[in-house]
Amino acid sequence: MERAALSGWGRTSPSVATLVTPLNEADVANELASSPAVIARGLGRSYGDAAQLGGGLVIDNRDLGGISPIDDGGVVTVGAGVSVDELLTFAIPQGWFVPVTPGTRQVTIGGAVAADVHGKNHHVDGSFGAHVTEMRLVTPSGPFTISPTQDADLFWATVGGMGLTGVLTTVTLKMLRIETDQVLVDTERFADLDGVMSAMASGDEAYRYSVAWVDCMTRGKRMGRSILTRGDHATKGDVETPTLKGPRPPRLSVPFDAPSGLLNPLSIKVFNELWFRSAPRHQLGEAQSLSTFFHPLDGVRDWNRLYGRRGFVQYQFCVPGSAGETVVDAITRLSSSRVPSFLAVLKRFGAGTPGPLSFPMPGWTLALDLPVGPAKLPGVLDDLDEMVLSAGGRIYFAKDARLSPQKVRAMYPRLDEFLEAKNRVDPEHKMVSDLARRLHLVGE
Amino acid sequence: MENAFGQPQNVVVLGGSSDIAGAIMKKLCAARVHTVVLAGRNQERLDAAAAEAREYGATKTDTVLFDAQDPANAARTVSESFEKVGDNVDLVIVAVGLLGDQLAYENDPVLATRMIMVNFTWPAAALAELRRRLVAQGSGRILVITSVAAVRVRRSVYLYGAAKAGLDRLCQGLADSLEGTGVTLQILRPGQVRSKMTTGSADIPFTTGVNEVAENVVRGLASSERVIWSPPILRYVFFVLRHLPAPIWRKVMDR
Repeated sequence: MERAALSGWGRTSPSVATLVTPLNEADVANELASSPAVIARGLGRSYGDAAQLGGGLVIDNRDLGGISPIDDGGVVTVGAGVSVDELLTFAIPQGWFVPVTPGTRQVTIGGAVAADVHGKNHHVDGSFGAHVTEMRLVTPSGPFTISPTQDADLFWATVGGMGLTGVLTTVTLKMLRIETDQVLVDTERFADLDGVMSAMASGDEAYRYSVAWVDCMTRGKRMGRSILTRGDHATKGDVETPTLKGPRPPRLSVPFDAPSGLLNPLSIKVFNELWFRSAPRHQLGEAQSLSTFFHPLDGVRDWNRLYGRRGFVQYQFCVPGSAGETVVDAITRLSSSRVPSFLAVLKRFGAGTPGPLSFPMPGWTLALDLPVGPAKLPGVLDDLDEMVLSAGGRIYFAKDARLSPQKVRAMYPRLDEFLEAKNRVDPEHKMVSDLARRLHLVGE
Repeated sequence: MENAFGQPQNVVVLGGSSDIAGAIMKKLCAARVHTVVLAGRNQERLDAAAAEAREYGATKTDTVLFDAQDPANAARTVSESFEKVGDNVDLVIVAVGLLGDQLAYENDPVLATRMIMVNFTWPAAALAELRRRLVAQGSGRILVITSVAAVRVRRSVYLYGAAKAGLDRLCQGLADSLEGTGVTLQILRPGQVRSKMTTGSADIPFTTGVNEVAENVVRGLASSERVIWSPPILRYVFFVLRHLPAPIWRKVMDR
């Protein structure tokens, strides 16, 4: 047991909590019984305050490990503290890949369920929760085995429930068969936003994976210039020497905090320019390793330190497919306000899961990294919230560090459904986090 | 909870009818503030400040009465304020202070003691209780209003300046002691500000309005810097003034 200052990946608003590292389900149950306020934490890749709890008890899930053999149908049971990195290291050599991966391998499976993470294949395969067949959840009322058919309300409240229903100990999921560790990638550059959005709307269905990088700092005619990359797993016939190698550990790291002003409008503009120019105008069928395609930032350990002591926020919203205009309006607002933002990620979502707090809905999602500092940034993001809300969209809790609680109910109209399931196993609202307090997710 | 930009939801103001605190609260209420508890000595003024906080967006307000001439009530005042918030407290603004009339105080031991009580002893007692409560909470922020008068005490307000200097130094040490607790303490050092405290004083160079001070504070909360100067240029002005030889300092200040 130790007191530890914890923050999210954006390194804003740290708080101090008691940190414990239980080894098994019985330990978790004991910890839950010992404290009035508890939240689980994985690898701390939520950007805001989702996995911290000032003055409370934080359960680090790193020792809830273990990976079962993968059966012929691809079904595997893993400890909630196993990372996507560990699972891939184990699974790729056997010809299996995770059904959904976020932009980093450094998330735990428990965290992936809690945030119901999505990847570049959301338009085809949905989010992480859609591939989970069973979970073991320790709640303040005891442990439950939950699945889409057993205690389904609790299962779906846990998928995307930000850890507020209990502590996951194991997760059973269905993996994806792969023949090689390569992805065949098509890359296209677009001079503006309309071009890339219509290409995505019309052509994404032909690819399993699709994502666009958008420059939010160019104005005028080139506003929203983009690089669209789409791909599919390479089959044995697609590459000369098919291999199945696991991910490599990062070779670079950021050893100390950069000065807070390093990432300023000028340096970010230069970066965006180089990034845009380094992409081929049009290239088909380039073979890339799984790591290069899915987890480019994992090559640099602790890259969040580049933002300096003040840290950064990530803003991610989704809107229904009919509200593509909102994406354009949001990028226009950002580029005209001149707040610096790194290349934004634009992606189309397919169908969501039944989770009442799950983020994805069919339509568009845009995510941007914004250094904390510019005085107008809080106001600009509040304006974007209004735009997103009036388009029927919402903000992603796993990324959020600044949303106002008044907007949560309108963005997540099924909050009461979530609370009903939570109240059944956690009537005293023991499971809580700084995020839940800030957004009044479990009452004011 | 406070958000990534240092915008709080639950706030306690000790010295709740301070004009500077009022201007800060207007901005914070318009952003994220939900609950405000204002503690002070004049119910009417507190009620007016509470009404203003609600007008600018606060959902819930309450008040606590206390007299800063008696440090024995500091712990009770803090406890009562926290209980009235009824949730985690994200920000405490310590805005207790009395400028008064230096010429009336300087030859009167009783009045001189009172200046030190209100400007130093009471806030010091309150900070001890705030420290205890916020450290247990594992998060929170304290903003203590001192003054540029604390940087180099000047003849015309030396009792006030000395008390503020004591408070400013106490806060430096307190802030260091809070490293790693999840609690941060920031010092606001305004120059001369047009407010009811300074009614009748002539504007000196770098005099600002309360709104400008509030703007500097909002930026300061986001950046978490230890000392917030208002206006920011006073950081450099006082670097120079602090090192002036005494005769020149007196000449400059007595003008």
